[in-house]
Amino acid sequence: MRFTKDHEWVDLTGDTATIGITAYAAEQLGDVVFVELPAAGKSVKTGEALAVVESVKAASDVFAPISGEVQAANGALEGNPETVNDSPEHAGWFVKLKVADPAEVEALMDRAAYETFLQTL
Amino acid sequence: MRYLPLTDSDRSDMLAVIGAADIDALFVDVPASARLTGPVDLPGQAGELAVERTLGLLAGRNRAAGAGPFFCGAGAYRHHVPASVDHLIQRSEFLTSYTPYQPEIAQGTLQVLFEFQTQVSALLGLPVANASMYDGSTACAEAVMMAARVTRRRKAVLSGGLHPHYAATTRTLAHSAGIETRRLAPAVDAESAVLAAIDADTACVVVQTPNVFGTVTDVTAIAEAARAAGALMIVVTTEAVSLGLLKSPGEMGADIAVAEGQSIGNGLNFGGPYVGLFACREALLRQMPGRLCGETVDAEGRRGFVLTLSTREQHIRRDKATSNICTNSGLCALAFSIHMSLLGGTGLTTLARINHARALTLKQALAAIRGVEILTPRLFNEFAVRLPRAAAPIVEALAGKGVIGGVPFSRLDPDEGFDDVLLVCATETTTAEDISVFAKTLAEEIAR
Amino acid sequence: MSVVSIGRPTRPEAPAQDGVPETHGRGLLQHEPLIFELGGWDKTGVDFPADEVAASLDVSDLAGLTRETPLELPGLSEPETLRLSQQNHAIDLALYPLGSCTMKHNPRLGEKMARLPGFIDIHPLQPVSTVQGALALMDELAHWLKTLTGMPAVALSPKAGAHGELCGLLAIRAAHEARGAARKTVLVPTSAHGTNPATAALAGYQVEEIAQTADGHVDIADLARRLNDDVAAVMVTNPNTCGLFERDVIEIARLTHAVGAYFYCDGANFNAIVGRVRPGDLGVDAMHINLHKTFSTPHGGGGPGAGPVVLSAALAPFAPAPWLSHGEAGFSLIEHAEGAAGEAFGRMCAFHGQMGMYVRAVTYMMSHGSDGLRQVAEDAVLNANYIKARLSGAMSAAYPDGPCMHEALFDDRWLEGTGVTTLDFAKGMIDAGFHPMTMYFPLVVHGAMLIEPTETESRRELDRFCDTLLELAAAVKAGDTERFTGAPFHAPLRRLDETQAARRPRLSWTA
Repeated sequence: MRFTKDHEWVDLTGDTATIGITAYAAEQLGDVVFVELPAAGKSVKTGEALAVVESVKAASDVFAPISGEVQAANGALEGNPETVNDSPEHAGWFVKLKVADPAEVEALMDRAAYETFLQTL
Repeated sequence: MRYLPLTDSDRSDMLAVIGAADIDALFVDVPASARLTGPVDLPGQAGELAVERTLGLLAGRNRAAGAGPFFCGAGAYRHHVPASVDHLIQRSEFLTSYTPYQPEIAQGTLQVLFEFQTQVSALLGLPVANASMYDGSTACAEAVMMAARVTRRRKAVLSGGLHPHYAATTRTLAHSAGIETRRLAPAVDAESAVLAAIDADTACVVVQTPNVFGTVTDVTAIAEAARAAGALMIVVTTEAVSLGLLKSPGEMGADIAVAEGQSIGNGLNFGGPYVGLFACREALLRQMPGRLCGETVDAEGRRGFVLTLSTREQHIRRDKATSNICTNSGLCALAFSIHMSLLGGTGLTTLARINHARALTLKQALAAIRGVEILTPRLFNEFAVRLPRAAAPIVEALAGKGVIGGVPFSRLDPDEGFDDVLLVCATETTTAEDISVFAKTLAEEIAR
Repeated sequence: MSVVSIGRPTRPEAPAQDGVPETHGRGLLQHEPLIFELGGWDKTGVDFPADEVAASLDVSDLAGLTRETPLELPGLSEPETLRLSQQNHAIDLALYPLGSCTMKHNPRLGEKMARLPGFIDIHPLQPVSTVQGALALMDELAHWLKTLTGMPAVALSPKAGAHGELCGLLAIRAAHEARGAARKTVLVPTSAHGTNPATAALAGYQVEEIAQTADGHVDIADLARRLNDDVAAVMVTNPNTCGLFERDVIEIARLTHAVGAYFYCDGANFNAIVGRVRPGDLGVDAMHINLHKTFSTPHGGGGPGAGPVVLSAALAPFAPAPWLSHGEAGFSLIEHAEGAAGEAFGRMCAFHGQMGMYVRAVTYMMSHGSDGLRQVAEDAVLNANYIKARLSGAMSAAYPDGPCMHEALFDDRWLEGTGVTTLDFAKGMIDAGFHPMTMYFPLVVHGAMLIEPTETESRRELDRFCDTLLELAAAVKAGDTERFTGAPFHAPLRRLDETQAARRPRLSWTA
């Protein structure tokens, strides 16, 4: 698993990357009430808006950590947004992207580096 | 001064506590060039008696609808509001409270909003209703914006039966958002003409029933055709009482229904404040503008109500909000809900029938006048007639004789060659005597 | 992702159970069931004449067009309806310190005047010759608004403050389009109320934020950097949302005009300067006025409002329909915009605007008069500074140096390490009988608490408020945490589960 400074995680298998938000982000947000996810087929470039996570009092943008094409969005979140709080780095995944360039994933922080980064906040 | 509790000695004591020499010291940040040294050039303070006299004189120069025969509709309707409605909305807890952001001490407002939403949902026949918009016209404009967001298309087709003010308001809002509105030529009975104007970029069609000419239409077929083309159908109702008798927008397949709620609980008020009703299908909930009130529980498991789904709104989403709305029409929605609670479903249906019967009597009386042609084929409580010449001067002449004889269509839309068309309305407040005087005076005027 | 954390929990600590309605009252506080729980499904509380009912049963001319299912809503008798409601806090009950909302007393004379038949029972489309008094009143309101603001024109029709903001921005857009150069951006300070960027986006503009200085003002250097000929307008609130007068407002106007842009002023805080400063003298091009704030039309639990927009000479030609006009035959209304500029910017709403609120506002204005209105601003500013002086020892003022205007802004630095948040403190105020102040706004201050007493509070009430807050603050510092984290304990309900309300929306009653 790789991580970004914007608190997204990326889990690459072959050329499919599963993406979500980290436990730290989920905790900061508070109770998640809704996640707005992109449609399958949508192309995103690194840094572009990918999803929106809503808690009761705030709406936070999630940006694409890497470029690719959306293969699937996690439909289970529609009826059960609390999954993001309960299991942010597993069952609470947001999208699966077909990545344009797997090297982009390699370039991201590993967990140790992300943990170190969190200390600085 | 009766509304300012501080005395001069209070003021000087308080300045001492603050440590300021005088009140000007607190305005130190105002640029010297902009400081007014004395009161602006307007009249000074006046006691209650004097103010009452002045306002009374102004009010006295207006001819109240209740002062004689009165037949105006066209988007605002004269109905009887029970005395208890007006009394209740003036209770301190309703009149002087704020938006219910602290739900623990605002359950009065929140409970009413929940009841209001339930009533609106039942009336419009759609499962999700919001806590009110400013009025029917802005609700219509917001519905078009919502349809554009939902379908990601950029065009809206407005029927020729849509109230011209609603069309203009919608065009104003849509234009700034880059949405193209096409308004079809005014037509007494052609809601379905919108279908011919649909293309691949049409987000919605907007139809009205009863329309501005009073025509009642079953728009179910329009809903189906619009859906097949990927567009939404928005249904507009300007006379809320009609919902007691006619098929609801939801029953006819509307995706979004908007209405003017003024008829229920709220007086004519020369055009405002009114109350916009807004409801939609369940799937469209998150794109709905305006406030929403929802049910929940408190820390002891007791049922309570809160404002919810606020992330759609301006105070959270800011430039990505569904709209910029901050206020709803709270007190007017309260009045609507109280009146609706008194009426109940059966009472509104009875009221609607009485309105309809009155209008049929009016139609019969006017149809008997030589030179008057009834244009509206199917009506609820208002309809259009064609006169032998321009309607506006005739209406003016009737006013001179104490009769407010309806609205010339040219008042709503001067450009469309309907100069000889008059819109008339009858409600439960219209008496047989009123109708008789109107018919007689109109006949005399036409014969001139 | 951009983590937007307002840092406050949205459901209470205790586990929620199924929502069981109360079934009994407590002392004077009555149980208030939903109207759907009182029976009455086939009942109506309105009496109709039997003969009229009988004469209306034939609806055969509407065959196929009538409802197929009966309208299932309950009806109540008058005695059953009159029991509402005791469960709302209100201005009439105590000082209502909501910053930015201007919760001043609502004079009842306004209610009486608004209900005169000559105002309440007139139709917007009856012949203008029959409503000359109404048009004269609108003209009177326009005169007071123009004179108080020093602006030559006013668009009366917007139905709320945010609606007025939109009207102002659309006039600005029309002005740019008439010059043949549509522009793309609107600049808005970081401290702006959410309606400002939302309105700019609605008007088709991109929004860019202007930084704020450490002492709570617009950063002029940052503004100057961002101004170019792509900027259509700058939207500034003055006094600003931190409760401070923008000292450099004239420079803001000058810089804005120098690039051909317009200066929109959010007039929500006009109460602080009415009668003492005219926005027209500051270079403002358009400003909405919240009649429900400065001119005390009732808040009504969330509305209706009214947001007329005063306009400079440059923007006046681009006002929306309708306009008042005066000629030999008296007043008339121009209801249809003519000409190319009018084409794009037709109408904000049906009919003429919030007449009911105009009557109340004019009643208020005439009652106070020009001298009284000036006193309003002075007392509003005095009261806010008094509260700031009395509370600054115990609570941390966000901008302690210098006076504030009509509202005093505190942050949550004084709560650090106490285990009590701004939210908890606010809920503790409820137990002490006060409505909380505005919380977490403006966003630029951490844990913001914005207190606006208004001028209609007596010295005694101000002291009562301050004494209470000082006592609460002392309790926080003494470690009495649970008094706040579990609050409110004495309100009709405890804290509500907003998470559940958003996750499982239940927006109407079901059987």
